[in-house]
Amino acid sequence: MSSQRIDNFGKINREKQFRFNWENKNYFGYEGDSLASALLANDIRIVGRSFKYHRPRGIMSCGVEESGGLVTIGTGNKKDPNVRATSQELYEGLIASGQNAFPSVNFDLGSVNNYLSRFFAAGFYYKTFMGIPPFEWGKGTAVWMFFEKFIRKAAGMGRVSRLPDPDIYEHANDFCDILVVGSGSAGIASAKEAADKKLDVILVEQDNFIGGDQLSETSFDSNNALAELRSLGVRVMKRTTAFGLYDNCVLGLIERVKDQSNPINKELPKQRFWIVRAKHVIIGSGAFERHIAFNNNDVPGSMTVNASKHYLNRYGVLTGKNIVISTNNDSAYGTAEALVKAGAKVIVLDKRENLNSDLSNNNFEVRNGVVPYNINGAREIKSLDIADTVNSTYKKIDTITCDQVLMSGGWSPAVHLLSHRGVKPKWDSENQCFIPGEAKENITMIGSARGIWGKDDCIASGISGALDALNRLGISKTKYFFPKQGGWENSIEPLYEVKYKKSRSKSFVDFQHDVTCDDVRLAHREGFISVEHLKRYTTLGMANDQGKMGNIIGLSLMADLLGKEIPNVGTTTFRPPFTPVSIGALAGRSVGKHFMPLRTTPMHQWNLNNGATMIDAGLYQRPWYFPKKNETINDAYIREAATVRKTVGICDVTSLGKIAIQGPDSTEFINRVYSNAFAKLPINKTRYGIMLRDDGLVLDDGTCWRISETEYFMTTSTAQAGRVMAFLEELLQVRWPDLKVNVTSVSEQWGVAAISGPKTREVLDQCLEDSSIISNDNLPFMGFISANLKGRIPCKIARISFSGELGFEIYILADYANKMMDILWNSAKKFDGCLYGLEALGALRVEKGHVTGAELDGRTTIDDVGLGNMASNKKSYIGSAMRKRGVLSAEDREKLVGFFPVNKKDTFDSGTIICEKNNIKGFGIGRVTSVTHSPELGHWIGLGFIKGGVEKWKDTIVVGSDPIRNKEMEIQVVSPHMIDPGGKRLHG
Amino acid sequence: MILIKCPYCGERDHSEFSYGGDASIVYPSLDAPQEEWVKAIFFRENIKGIQKETWQHINGCRMWLEVERSTITHEITSVKPCHKNLQKVIDN
Repeated sequence: MSSQRIDNFGKINREKQFRFNWENKNYFGYEGDSLASALLANDIRIVGRSFKYHRPRGIMSCGVEESGGLVTIGTGNKKDPNVRATSQELYEGLIASGQNAFPSVNFDLGSVNNYLSRFFAAGFYYKTFMGIPPFEWGKGTAVWMFFEKFIRKAAGMGRVSRLPDPDIYEHANDFCDILVVGSGSAGIASAKEAADKKLDVILVEQDNFIGGDQLSETSFDSNNALAELRSLGVRVMKRTTAFGLYDNCVLGLIERVKDQSNPINKELPKQRFWIVRAKHVIIGSGAFERHIAFNNNDVPGSMTVNASKHYLNRYGVLTGKNIVISTNNDSAYGTAEALVKAGAKVIVLDKRENLNSDLSNNNFEVRNGVVPYNINGAREIKSLDIADTVNSTYKKIDTITCDQVLMSGGWSPAVHLLSHRGVKPKWDSENQCFIPGEAKENITMIGSARGIWGKDDCIASGISGALDALNRLGISKTKYFFPKQGGWENSIEPLYEVKYKKSRSKSFVDFQHDVTCDDVRLAHREGFISVEHLKRYTTLGMANDQGKMGNIIGLSLMADLLGKEIPNVGTTTFRPPFTPVSIGALAGRSVGKHFMPLRTTPMHQWNLNNGATMIDAGLYQRPWYFPKKNETINDAYIREAATVRKTVGICDVTSLGKIAIQGPDSTEFINRVYSNAFAKLPINKTRYGIMLRDDGLVLDDGTCWRISETEYFMTTSTAQAGRVMAFLEELLQVRWPDLKVNVTSVSEQWGVAAISGPKTREVLDQCLEDSSIISNDNLPFMGFISANLKGRIPCKIARISFSGELGFEIYILADYANKMMDILWNSAKKFDGCLYGLEALGALRVEKGHVTGAELDGRTTIDDVGLGNMASNKKSYIGSAMRKRGVLSAEDREKLVGFFPVNKKDTFDSGTIICEKNNIKGFGIGRVTSVTHSPELGHWIGLGFIKGGVEKWKDTIVVGSDPIRNKEMEIQVVSPHMIDPGGKRLHG
Repeated sequence: MILIKCPYCGERDHSEFSYGGDASIVYPSLDAPQEEWVKAIFFRENIKGIQKETWQHINGCRMWLEVERSTITHEITSVKPCHKNLQKVIDN
């Protein structure tokens, strides 16, 4: 074991020490450390266990592509699983632990899986549950359900906290001319060039320091670079990941506002979710170094080459003492030199036989034509077997004692964001990588993300990228060119897998999901040769890192097996997010009570003051019931409903939709919209109406009042108010532009109270300035009139009843709603009246067989609910042709009926399936949609539907089956009008 | 992440709008035979390319708009009020 902090290297602040906790032990690091560098500085090499085989895993990279160092940060409700230690900033008091291990990452009982690996090859889930021949024992869902919990427990990485997240997340929006992703040398050059031309530029960097790969250069000063950019007016967003690129140059960003420090400004959100609209997007997202697949390439101590240079020059951590670097390209040599300078012993294995020049400058040993073959050691690297290559076969030639193996199998440009736009990458065989394809939108790729390796070329490409943006935005017409892809002195030679002679090798392609080369070959043998199938069958590239390092190795293996070139095998599509995004950030502040807006009626507070328990009805809160001392909801609603039938009750029904309809063609319009006749509705009369949809099913019901020759007032159900309004607007603007009609939503302008019960007149006598105007003669059923409440408060009174009792609805300007409730309630109290809520309202309407959204659920016709004879035969209206479609007028359609329990003590619930006796199965012959206790009848009743309706079933007992609640009861089918079918009370 | 340029309110995010449907439908008259209605209500082209569709600026001026949008790129090439007279009112 030998990673350690060394003096005189790195950009960390050694003045400021942070204490952190790893696996219940305290350690120290410095400001500027990542968790990974702090762990390495403390020589902690095993940081986790692998997904399937529970093999020890260490830090394998220095960035978001990390496959080994996935850890859990925090405890309790602040626990965050699957955090990449490499991109987690260290802070004072950070608590972290390894994952997927019991009891600890150092001694993990699950590692027995490593010896059972033959049973866990690709597709093992699918095969295991095919059953064991010859009887196929163990086949099917039940077996899966049984084993699932054990398998799920064994697999998977970190565990989430089940506690509510205490942190705040925020949403924000922004605009800019040019958004540059990535602050490497190319990105900085682009941002400077564009800012220089006075454009509004945002530069986004996921790291806490800007610089990208330059952070591994000793001479680079990140703070200077930042200051320079800011002085030019560039808006630099650090700790911000551009996770997705969408239509019209819209970017999704996640800004980690206070992940990085523990004691925390309470007001600040943990993360900010940005939607930024740019006019042009420049992507300098860099490239990922690939590893090489060879046996045991995952033993802690194996790492990508450039990561080691970052740990040295950025964090002052030397990751090994005896280091073997294995490469197929020039990029590794700079690291080798830096490591030698820091005092490590370095041997470079270069797969390439002949190089144009000596890249080592005689500072370290280089062995050409040699590749890594096998790592010896399990918990740490003891030595490396190396092989030479003859005709693409590998033969072990030597063993080198070492404590670290660095790998560079080439570089893959991070084309992810461009891929989000559906632009397929192109294969560049000279540089052995996918390079970005041409984007039709305002997107420019620069730097290594474009496949350009050299630093000067990267800077040049950054400037060209800015010029390209300026030209495309029509700001300038400057000539520019992009440097050629590549840029190494010696060309790269393909090296993806070093095949191991022995069977059952552990050459990992995807470290995170434990996918080996053998798994890819197995997928090929079993026919999963398309890349999309390969991915899903082996889960290659489906882990947290989404195959940033391993995907191309998998592709090359499949290409090899198929005898094709890599580009002919294809590549899977990268989709957002680039790195994982927490659900909390997506939810933002839309949590708890802010999940959706709250609509209240103007008498909301009045209801609360008078003891209402509220219920959500869409966005509205409505009074549910008004409990007296110790009353349960059942006690309360039954008392309320009984009081309405006996004396009088008052209910807030403001949430109904209300639409004002004005204009010379209003009558024609109303008449086309409703299925029943409206042309002859007299002024000062209101009518119950049913609207259909274009397809002939019921849209909504409500009342419509004729105020004058050219003016109407329409009410809708609470639930459909918005939809009806939009539909009326569509009809007027899209289909019937010649009608001179205007519609206005006035739902919020009126407060409405329903007052009903036999004592209603006595109550209103005391409430109105002149109560004679609501006499039976002056205001007959379905009439309405303007009146004044005591105190000369103007209102409109309609004689409408939903409860089936004598009833009025009083409409008043919203500002006077509380006053109205006071006046009505003070009077009603004297007549032993009550306030009632939605539950009693429901009970009363079910008793009367009045339908609501539960029955008008978008599947029922006007005939189904028994109102077909209301529909006009003399006119055409929306849905009139379509409601006569065969399927809507079939004989066996379910019709609205009432349900009584045969045993009067029985209850049933909405959703109960109605079946014939002795034939309880499937969908049955009907269903229960609404239920209530009927105080009037003294037992449970329901509304619902049954095939053939009441005529067919009135003499036959049926069965209500409720498999979810495991209930069954005998049911009698009755008319839906269960109380006062003649409507005598209504007219009383 | 579509931007729609409402003729009355200006360029706004699509979240302010609600999608209506196919704007190329010519609705039959209310007394037209059922077959015509069946065709108008249930039969739709699945267009690859520029498609005419209706949107309503539901959280804005509530105008119904006829929008030409590419189903491939979401590019919007034309936005105008469905009601012809409304365009005249706006122009004045």
